[in-house]
Amino acid sequence: MHPDIELEALMSLYQQGDSAAVGLLIHRLSPQLQRFFLAQSVSSRYADDLLQETWMRIHQARHTYRPGQPVLPWLYAIARHIRVDHFRKQHRSDVRELQVEELPELPTPPAAAAAATVPDIETLLADLPASQREVICMLKISGMSLEEVARATSSSVGSVKQKAHRAYDKLRERLSGYAERTQ
Amino acid sequence: MKDPEIDHILNQPAPAVDPALLARITASLGASLAPVRPLPAPWKLIALLILIWSATASAASVLLGTYGIAHLSLPQTAAIFPLLTALAILSASLSVAQIIPGSRQLLSPRLLLATACAALLVLFPLLFQDYTITNFLRSGNRCLTAGISVAFPAGLLAWLVLRRGYAVNRAAAGLAAGTLAGLTGVTMLELHCPNLEVFHALLWHTAVIPVSALASAAVAAAWPPLETE
Repeated sequence: MHPDIELEALMSLYQQGDSAAVGLLIHRLSPQLQRFFLAQSVSSRYADDLLQETWMRIHQARHTYRPGQPVLPWLYAIARHIRVDHFRKQHRSDVRELQVEELPELPTPPAAAAAATVPDIETLLADLPASQREVICMLKISGMSLEEVARATSSSVGSVKQKAHRAYDKLRERLSGYAERTQ
Repeated sequence: MKDPEIDHILNQPAPAVDPALLARITASLGASLAPVRPLPAPWKLIALLILIWSATASAASVLLGTYGIAHLSLPQTAAIFPLLTALAILSASLSVAQIIPGSRQLLSPRLLLATACAALLVLFPLLFQDYTITNFLRSGNRCLTAGISVAFPAGLLAWLVLRRGYAVNRAAAGLAAGTLAGLTGVTMLELHCPNLEVFHALLWHTAVIPVSALASAAVAAAWPPLETE
């Protein structure tokens, strides 16, 4: 069965109250959702919280999924708003907090520096603007189509294409820098 | 570096999620798992909203008197009401899209509000030629109050239709539904108000839409998230 059709079938079963389908959906989609949050500069502790929160909201909103429609735009539309809410809350708490002392910079162990020749996805995407990072995550990591990303982000296909193109330009530049440093 | 090489880096397998966390989520969802009835098809919800728009505007104008439409010429009627119908359909579609995550959207609710206001601000000077100003504040205030008074029940009825959905962005959903409610108020005013002065229509009739949309967005944003099902 095609993976997308399988997801749609699982979602329909979830709506019918099938507990096995819920378990399968959670195990199948959680890794990509967690990576989506991690790639948005969310710490791993918060990524776990956001993942849990996303599933709670999916559970509340499961009746709004339209059988036969692609699952990922529906799911990511929910997940990205949870991430936005998280950033708003974090921003509010950051504003209230006053940093009294600058944190010391930790030395990078030599082994870690050598291993950093090819950065991990989170590091690679960290410099991109949030909107471009989000589009790249959905397109390349979650394997969604342009149309699906447009639906998940409430934007047009043209805008998604433009963001992906700009993000790739920046990634190319960044990776060339890495390649030069390692030579 | 070429695109396929970047793709290769981005295609690193996702790290495994803590099995204990997955078990916790599965148990938590399983505890309240029950069959749910999917939302009706979007076209049915849109049709209901259009019914609310037309029925509320017609009923209110019949109650207040249909003096406006009696004063309008045929070309004016043929221009105003199809435009209001098109805007109402657009607003209804967007309102429904807001409560179904991942829906296809033609434009954002903010752009919808701007489009609705701009369309009327362009249309009124094209259709009406009376640039005199008589009783501007008093008659204007009466129209604005009447328009908002009709927008309020229309917004309430729209909320009854939309509340079963799940708005990820409640302010945007409120803005779209409020625009539809505002259009109900404007439609009623076009049927009821016999004042065809350009400035009167431009300010007091058009103002019903942003007032209704912004008030609805503010209420929706402040509203606690709905515990559905």
